[in-house]
Amino acid sequence: MRRNSPLLPYLFVLPLAGLLSFVFGLSLVRLVEFSFKQVRGVDGPWIGLRNYELVLGQPLFWEAVRHNIQLFLVIPVMVVIALALALLLYERLPGWRIHRTILFLPYVLAIPIIAVVMKQMFQFSGPVNAVLSALSLDFLVLDWIGSADVALWTVMALILWRETALGVILFLSRLMALDETLIEAARLDGARWRHRAWYILIPQMRGVIEFFVVISAITMLSAVFAYVYVIGGGRGGPGTATMVIELYIFNALIRTSLPGVAAAVSVMLFLVSLILIRALFALRRREEE
Amino acid sequence: MMRPLPHLVLMIASAIALVPTLFMLVTALKSQKEYQADKTGLPDAPVLDHFRQILFDTPVFLWMANSLILVAGSVVLSLAVSCLAAYAIARMEFRGRDALFTLSTALMAVPPVVLIVPLFVLYAQIGLISTYSGVILIYAGLVTPFSVYLLVTFFRTLPQDLFDAAVMDGASHLQILIRVVLPLSLAPLLTLVIVNALFVWNDLLMAVIFLQDDAKKTVMAGIAVFQGRYNNQIPLTMAGMAVAAAPMLILYLVFQRHFVRGLMAGAVK
Repeated sequence: MRRNSPLLPYLFVLPLAGLLSFVFGLSLVRLVEFSFKQVRGVDGPWIGLRNYELVLGQPLFWEAVRHNIQLFLVIPVMVVIALALALLLYERLPGWRIHRTILFLPYVLAIPIIAVVMKQMFQFSGPVNAVLSALSLDFLVLDWIGSADVALWTVMALILWRETALGVILFLSRLMALDETLIEAARLDGARWRHRAWYILIPQMRGVIEFFVVISAITMLSAVFAYVYVIGGGRGGPGTATMVIELYIFNALIRTSLPGVAAAVSVMLFLVSLILIRALFALRRREEE
Repeated sequence: MMRPLPHLVLMIASAIALVPTLFMLVTALKSQKEYQADKTGLPDAPVLDHFRQILFDTPVFLWMANSLILVAGSVVLSLAVSCLAAYAIARMEFRGRDALFTLSTALMAVPPVVLIVPLFVLYAQIGLISTYSGVILIYAGLVTPFSVYLLVTFFRTLPQDLFDAAVMDGASHLQILIRVVLPLSLAPLLTLVIVNALFVWNDLLMAVIFLQDDAKKTVMAGIAVFQGRYNNQIPLTMAGMAVAAAPMLILYLVFQRHFVRGLMAGAVK
């Protein structure tokens, strides 16, 4: 019978196998291969570890790494703010639904759009500085985008502004799924908001908080290209102040046409992200149990 | 019980969340002269001229059309591939099934940036740079692991009786998938359409690398260039951003619940 043909399941999964081998399988194999080759155009001679030596000996690479590490500082701030806002929304004060809609808005806007808008807001002669000097906070009037000392912090503020929204919604949906009886009992006992949050709610949110920390770490490591591409004018500027690993790979591949060097950095980035990915899967498994 | 402090905190947070969007819209309605004089206030006499300029004198519609082609192509391709495979993985017995599912799920976590080097070299070799089909293939591949994961999980929750009854009626597996399973799976399918469409529409990395031809630029790549070109005409730039943001803002306000669920599903993949 046609229905029970042993080959039928393979016909169903064949397109998947084909697509994934093309985009991921073949690519990951060739990525490792290229990282040991001096690629000119589409191929080149084997050169052992020379690409890696070149990259590891280059100050710009280490600067990019340092910048990615600096971005990790955003994560704890994001967790605290998102947690506080989610707990406040959970109180269901009058108008909380409107606040929820507005607080998620940053995550709805695409990164390139919001980066262009913020870049204009934070120009030296822009509205942010205009407001700061109107409030007599002149010591805070900085060249947010144009100064090499400040630009990466501005990028961090932008990342904080957008990615916190995801934390709020994740945390709030976890809170909504909690068993209300315990919380209600505490409320009737007259437990203060602070105490309810600290002793009853937050302990039950450990899983979702860890989860948010890990996905944020993956973001800081390998998904900030669009932010720095716009704020840094496509080159990680001013100077190299907003250079990150993704942009380093992009530059090596597109601007200086050194696919071998770009491949070596990609391999190292992939190995580091494997650690985070393992953590993510361990958390997911625990949540499902 | 009056509690001013929580209200105040929420007000401030909402204001911070809202200010960039308001700045974008308000500035877009100001004349160049007015913006230079006053960067923060409301426009005295709103001008629509910048919107007219954006819509008629820039290729913004072309960029949107390009983005739409990529979204439609990759969403349809990845859904077709994922539905077939997820059905087989969830509902059929075959050797290598669990290995395939584990591998496919693991690929969810590969950062897209590590694929650009080999794909760029390959595409340069076989002439797929600046082609829709080449980029659709990449986007479809990137979003498929999560789609398979979500659909397998969902298909496994469907009751066995349903399948037994369909088999009794003499339906083939393909017929069961199309006539029985898919109509019951509209919620996860909608989530996937939103997640995947947003990923493709919002992506900048693949768009700037693989679509270098001006005629093939996407919205996101277009506006990244745009702001450089009109650097000093900030109201005009903001009108461009407002137009580019409009489709998503409107969808968000209309389909808020699905949209939020879709975005969350996409973020935790």
